[in-house]
Amino acid sequence: MHPMRAPFPFTAIVGQEEMKLALQLTAIDPTIGGVLVFGDRGTGKSTTVRALAALLPKMQAVIGCPYNCPPEQPFDQCPVCTGGHDGGHLKPGEVPVPVVDLPLGATEDRVVGALDLERALTQGEKAFEPGLLARAHRGFLYIDEVNLLEDHIVDLLLDVAASGENVVEREGLSIRHPARFVLIGSGNPEEGELRPQLLDRFGLAVDVTTPDDLKTRVEVVRRRDAYERHGADFVARFHDSDDVLRSRILEARERLDAVTVADAVLERASQLCLALGTDGLRGELTLLRAARALAAFTGDAGVEDRHLKAVAPPALRHRLRRNPLDDAGAGVRVERAVAELFGA
Amino acid sequence: MSDLAALLERAPAPPDGAPADAPPSPPTPVAPAWGQAVLVAALVAIDPAGLGGVRVRSQAGPVRDRWLTHLRAFLPPDLPVRRVPLGIAEGRLLGGLDLAATLQAGKPIAERGVLADADGGLLVLAMAERLTAGTAAQLAAVLDRHEVMAERDGFTLRTPARCGMIAFDEGLSEDERPPGALLDRLAFRLDLDPIRLRETEGEPLPAEAVLAARERLATVTTPDTAFESLSAAAHALGIDSVRGPLLALKAARASAALFGRDGVDADDLTLAARLVLGPRATRLPAESPDTVPDPPEPPPEPPDGEPPPDAEDEPATEEPPLDDLVLEAARAAIPEGLLAMLKLGATRGTADAAGRAGAVKQGNGRGRPAGTRRGDPKSGQRLNVLETLRSAAPWQPIRRQGRSRTGRRPVRVEVRRDDFRITRIKHRTATTTIFVVDASGSAALQRLAEAKGAVELLLADCYVRRDQVALIAFRKAAAELLLPPTRSLVRAKRSLAGLPGGGATPLAAGIVAATTLAEDVRRRGHAPVVVLLTDGKANIGHDGRPGRPQAQADAETAGRALRLAGHTALLVDTAQRPSDKARRLADAMGATYLPLPYADARSLSQAVSLAAEAG
Repeated sequence: MHPMRAPFPFTAIVGQEEMKLALQLTAIDPTIGGVLVFGDRGTGKSTTVRALAALLPKMQAVIGCPYNCPPEQPFDQCPVCTGGHDGGHLKPGEVPVPVVDLPLGATEDRVVGALDLERALTQGEKAFEPGLLARAHRGFLYIDEVNLLEDHIVDLLLDVAASGENVVEREGLSIRHPARFVLIGSGNPEEGELRPQLLDRFGLAVDVTTPDDLKTRVEVVRRRDAYERHGADFVARFHDSDDVLRSRILEARERLDAVTVADAVLERASQLCLALGTDGLRGELTLLRAARALAAFTGDAGVEDRHLKAVAPPALRHRLRRNPLDDAGAGVRVERAVAELFGA
Repeated sequence: MSDLAALLERAPAPPDGAPADAPPSPPTPVAPAWGQAVLVAALVAIDPAGLGGVRVRSQAGPVRDRWLTHLRAFLPPDLPVRRVPLGIAEGRLLGGLDLAATLQAGKPIAERGVLADADGGLLVLAMAERLTAGTAAQLAAVLDRHEVMAERDGFTLRTPARCGMIAFDEGLSEDERPPGALLDRLAFRLDLDPIRLRETEGEPLPAEAVLAARERLATVTTPDTAFESLSAAAHALGIDSVRGPLLALKAARASAALFGRDGVDADDLTLAARLVLGPRATRLPAESPDTVPDPPEPPPEPPDGEPPPDAEDEPATEEPPLDDLVLEAARAAIPEGLLAMLKLGATRGTADAAGRAGAVKQGNGRGRPAGTRRGDPKSGQRLNVLETLRSAAPWQPIRRQGRSRTGRRPVRVEVRRDDFRITRIKHRTATTTIFVVDASGSAALQRLAEAKGAVELLLADCYVRRDQVALIAFRKAAAELLLPPTRSLVRAKRSLAGLPGGGATPLAAGIVAATTLAEDVRRRGHAPVVVLLTDGKANIGHDGRPGRPQAQADAETAGRALRLAGHTALLVDTAQRPSDKARRLADAMGATYLPLPYADARSLSQAVSLAAEAG
């Protein structure tokens, strides 16, 4: 019995290409802004998201810092990095990129942080105990069953996600700290809709379904079972392929800034958004960013039509104006518009 | 069907590890249904965390108690079995602040929740059909991760919780059932209601055999064909969730362990298919794929021909191929009600749609926590212990000094009335709009289409407010709840696709059904708004017999009952020429009367929003 078993390896996941691509793209460029995974039960949504954690390249941070401060530019109120105690002991180093779970039923004090009760009771000190938002800074915040999240927690998230900063005013504390994270949510649409404001915070949205062909399904069952029965051996089998993918992501990150976007491509992106009537500029921006990350991933020098086509459904499907009387799914509508514009 | 007796006879004597005194065959003949129930209990006891557990549909009573007694006996005596009452506080379920210990120690002390206490054993969920979707999601996370993960009361809790769950489901209709997220993760479904008490005598399965099987489980081997045959059967039966075949596989292993086999064989696979896959079927295997929403390639035949090496290398049986055996076993176990539905091609509401009773309550059941404020926890308000301690904490050194100065006995934590913090709850009663649609006669299709459009518009519009929508249609002799209260647009679309129309007009039945549903909605803390779409011309009475005058009178009587219950109502008269009948009915119902001969979806949804606000 080992509660902290290694997560299911990312490269061991069979099928679900769109979901995997979306997660890889945000790993390459976090400014794409999060992924929402919606789909039926038993399609491996949360397995895939948790697998991402092990795949992410490490980052530079001050070791032991509750805010994951970057060594070159620590947060000015950070009690560890600003040398409040003894500044000589700052140890920069490589730490895993945080992938923080926000479980359902989490209370507000744990999310935003609160007065450190233990220190207050035992030492009479007024100290701030950072919450999940601090822990997720520079990393990912994952909410499973995101459509069941309590409204007041959603309000908090919306505010922080928009400003990149967590402001705490409670129990006589007045703290503000940076909280920039990539939001990952998953859920089953049958449990209820997502608030439009929250929907908008997700850069990419993917729909997952069960694979259709039997061979794939047998393989899914086989791998899942092998993982549950012989965890360590199974994970080891995919160690190398996970490594390869990790270095591909790193290389893509380095190439990202050099990827060019021609004016014609910009034009196409605008046309596509116009044709679909997506609200606001965010859709267009996400579309371009995702296409650029994809071009960097595939090693292309510039963004081309095929990159746009590949990322259009996840970048735009959740931004369409709702038309309840149109029975076609949003994904189908995007694909239709893409086909019209690019001539399939 | 005398499976247990037969299986036990076929079972070889327990090998070396098992106690020798296990009786070789059951002492008395066992009723098949009861035998199956006991067998399921044994399988769960062998691998509780792996199999997830059982949904037991049964009213409380001696049969259920006896079943649970057997299950307990199958578990090693030191393993915990914890009962979870409905509406358990989140802190008790997941863990949280231990108030007594905290005050005594003078620093925060966490307490374990029931989930952590059940580690290694079983959790018994009472009235699981009324679980909220939120609680179900937390239970589901524990089943997936085998640990409790919570962020509450100032603690980050990570506690192992490898347990199985027994969900007692006392729902009376198929609409009342535990949330789908939970059902998907429980391997078995049992229905104990048809079993009579006298059929449950005797000891059908010796506990020693089950305990010995627990030990053997880890060494049971699984042939490749097992993966293929179970996946193929699941595919053919339209079971989309991967958990179906995965749980069936584990059930087959538990079965092999129980019957003392070294590896999973055809008997184990057919048993697993019968117990795990059959009840999950969403379509019949031989059926043409056009009744199915996402038709894959023709179901059962090609798959077992396609991967020839395995299928032929492993001569599991000399008779029909293994895949067919497994599929046939699963098919034979499709419950009757479901079978009838599948035969009709009624894919409306797939077999495993989300739980109703629970999903309905989510979000607004308790009101919305909106922070805390200073105050006295009288008049039914809830003291927020953690926040109270937080506000008391900074004062402790001063208060301690004060106490010692005045010579009072020192205490660890001194909490004063000023420190009390209470949780503020915002009550905004969510509205559930119940559409009652006259689906009779020639105008039915038009009316239904517009009502359907209005439902979807309202849903698209109301998720911010967490409002819900339900739809009842009445035609021929009865009223039917086509869409139970939901706020899921996806589910609404699925349920409303292809509504039937035409026939006579049992108006009274429609109003009675609406009143019943409205009562139910109100009990769950929502405000019901009944919207009746009709031309007011009834021709079927409450007793189901034709005859206009009686039908009209019955409708008005039903309407008065609705008014007396005090529900907000709106009557939309869809007749070409607005008539007196509809207006009289509106009066009887105490409803707002709205003639809309060309009721289109948009004006309808606007009218409903207005009525809801007025109500």
